[in-house]
Amino acid sequence: MKPEFSTSCPLPLADHPNVLLAHGGGGRLMNQLIEKLFLPAFGNPLLNQRHDGAVIDVRGQRLAFTTDSYVVRPLFFPGGDIGTLAVNGTVNDLVMCGARPKWLSAGFIIEEGLPMETLWRVVQSMRQAAAAAGVELVTGDTKVVDKGKGDGLFINTAGLGVVGHNVVIAPARVVPGDVVLLSGDVGRHGMAIMSVREGLQFESTIESDCAPLTAPVLALLDAGVEIHCLRDLTRGGLASALNEIAVAARVQVDIDESALPVREEVRGACEILGLDPLYVANEGRFVAFISPRDLPRALDLLHAHALGADAKFIGTVGAGTPGLVTLKNRLGVARVLDLLSGEQLPRIC
Amino acid sequence: MKFLDEYRDAARARQFAVATARTVTRPWTLMEVCGGQTHAIVKFGLDELLPRGLELVHGPGCPVCVTPVELIDKALEIAARPEVIFCSFGDMLRVPGTQADLLSVKARGGDVRIVYSPLGAVKLARENPAREVVFFAVGFETTAPANAMAVAQAREFGLKNFSLLVSHVLVPPAMEAILASAANRVQGFLAAGHVCAVMGFTEYEPISRRYRVPIVVTGFEPLDILQGVLMCVEQLETGRAGVENQYTRAVRREGNTPAQQLIREVFRVVPRKWRGVGEIPQSGLSLSAAYAGFDAEQRFGVADVCAEESSECISGLILQGIRKPHECPAFGTRCTPEHPLGATMVSSEGACAAYHRYRRVQAAQS
Repeated sequence: MKPEFSTSCPLPLADHPNVLLAHGGGGRLMNQLIEKLFLPAFGNPLLNQRHDGAVIDVRGQRLAFTTDSYVVRPLFFPGGDIGTLAVNGTVNDLVMCGARPKWLSAGFIIEEGLPMETLWRVVQSMRQAAAAAGVELVTGDTKVVDKGKGDGLFINTAGLGVVGHNVVIAPARVVPGDVVLLSGDVGRHGMAIMSVREGLQFESTIESDCAPLTAPVLALLDAGVEIHCLRDLTRGGLASALNEIAVAARVQVDIDESALPVREEVRGACEILGLDPLYVANEGRFVAFISPRDLPRALDLLHAHALGADAKFIGTVGAGTPGLVTLKNRLGVARVLDLLSGEQLPRIC
Repeated sequence: MKFLDEYRDAARARQFAVATARTVTRPWTLMEVCGGQTHAIVKFGLDELLPRGLELVHGPGCPVCVTPVELIDKALEIAARPEVIFCSFGDMLRVPGTQADLLSVKARGGDVRIVYSPLGAVKLARENPAREVVFFAVGFETTAPANAMAVAQAREFGLKNFSLLVSHVLVPPAMEAILASAANRVQGFLAAGHVCAVMGFTEYEPISRRYRVPIVVTGFEPLDILQGVLMCVEQLETGRAGVENQYTRAVRREGNTPAQQLIREVFRVVPRKWRGVGEIPQSGLSLSAAYAGFDAEQRFGVADVCAEESSECISGLILQGIRKPHECPAFGTRCTPEHPLGATMVSSEGACAAYHRYRRVQAAQS
């Protein structure tokens, strides 16, 4: 579709005259925003792939390029802070393109009045996270906004990585027959944030899973596992990632609930609040769509890494209904695992 | 998980399903009263495990769904005021009034906040003496004690900037209204376990006797519901009609008496409008005379706000068990979670939301 905007063009999202928080929540509204507003305006073959980053060919060298902004509140949470997120999140987006992350930029939007010590702690976290992920921060930007016009600190990072192989990793490569691997337990990051943000106290502290995914993914690639698509499970969690890929690849994805690892404390916290851990954000987890013949080898490779120790085979890709994701529950009944319509909201009773 | 996995055990679920199939000799229609039970049934596919002819219909027990549209409009009007911090449970934020919902008010600059407990709203009022803090007190008997506690605490602290927008509803009058309706087809009830944990189940005994209908107090986990169904069917098949308690781990016959006492102190029983259903006598709670000063409707002068519900939405019929969500012509087309005609499509306990989220494909094919 050729975008044709002019001042007389009707707003493509007239249903929602104001941006809602849910437009950034990774669910159906965010998808509408991308499909109806951003893609028509900016669309091109690279962007239209709707992958975690773009893989660009520069004189025969394939580079992965991505960007992400971090607006987490509170700035510090069990298992990490906004600095570790800003590095690992962008590193992981590059890794999901099959790249070895190399260089990052960092843009700081700081609210007037932020304690200098807070900024120092965040910067130290970023330094350590970058060292652990093997990336360098090579350029940056600083802006300070008036008191009350920010939320303490926002960070934007962009990243460049080198794709050292010829494998194309993209949703469009997913085909019926592929198997789906999940690298570990889900729901921890989102619940860690919620527990500190809302002052909820559970029996045990839930720590974020924030981590760089470079090592387990490169292990798969280096071993020649036939990877068709990778996706880290950030906003919207596992369910949203599977839905996005099912839609983009025009396939049906069927997963098995009994194979999904969810830690007991996360399940408990989700039960109390009426949330589904499959929609809760992660910062150190990914799914891999691979050829079925490589399944045992891929699981062995993942299990050899700390970040893939709990990796599981969770489902298969079929030709059924394009864009549909189903979940077979523990009682053996299958149901739709849909995109959320908005943010998950805690229930009344 | 401790105390949870036991109630989701597949082998035991099958045992209950087989026992029910052996017991049933003819079609029966049961209503699960609570929206939490509806979602568990649809999420776990429990109805698919039951014999054909045994129909589960969905009841009025979703506090969000039954809150009348004019109360939502009152909430929107109050929440839009610059001096107000409007607090609500998360569920209520997406429920449509006639023009908008609380999330849109928030997006336009209203100070709308999710709280996890009404006591959190009281805390906000103490921390913000220059602002008016309003808590949207909705729900059944389940949330009434905590809401009563909040207003009692606010009085104890001498807070002048705290008030409740009250839309509490009571379950037994709604069950009675369903049974008394000419269109009724409900032959047995799975009563809402959480409500009975507070109120006990003595109120249900005269209803069961008067209408000769079995009522089984039932929990929310898959095995609770399957066992509740079996107990209900056993009564029907043997011609009995009484109140039985499946949810013994949480519910006593007399309920939680200190909680009931607090409810009686803070609230009084009044007639209440139910969204899509209309007014049911003696089916709601309002603040008692002693706490009338905490009534947000009076404080903000919105008592006279009136609103008409969407004529296209059949949620009233769905809440009475007369129609199923996918039988609505607007289901999934003109009515979706993004653009709901009624609250049953957006509430986390709404029957239409459950069908849309878990059943969309099957419904479209049927």
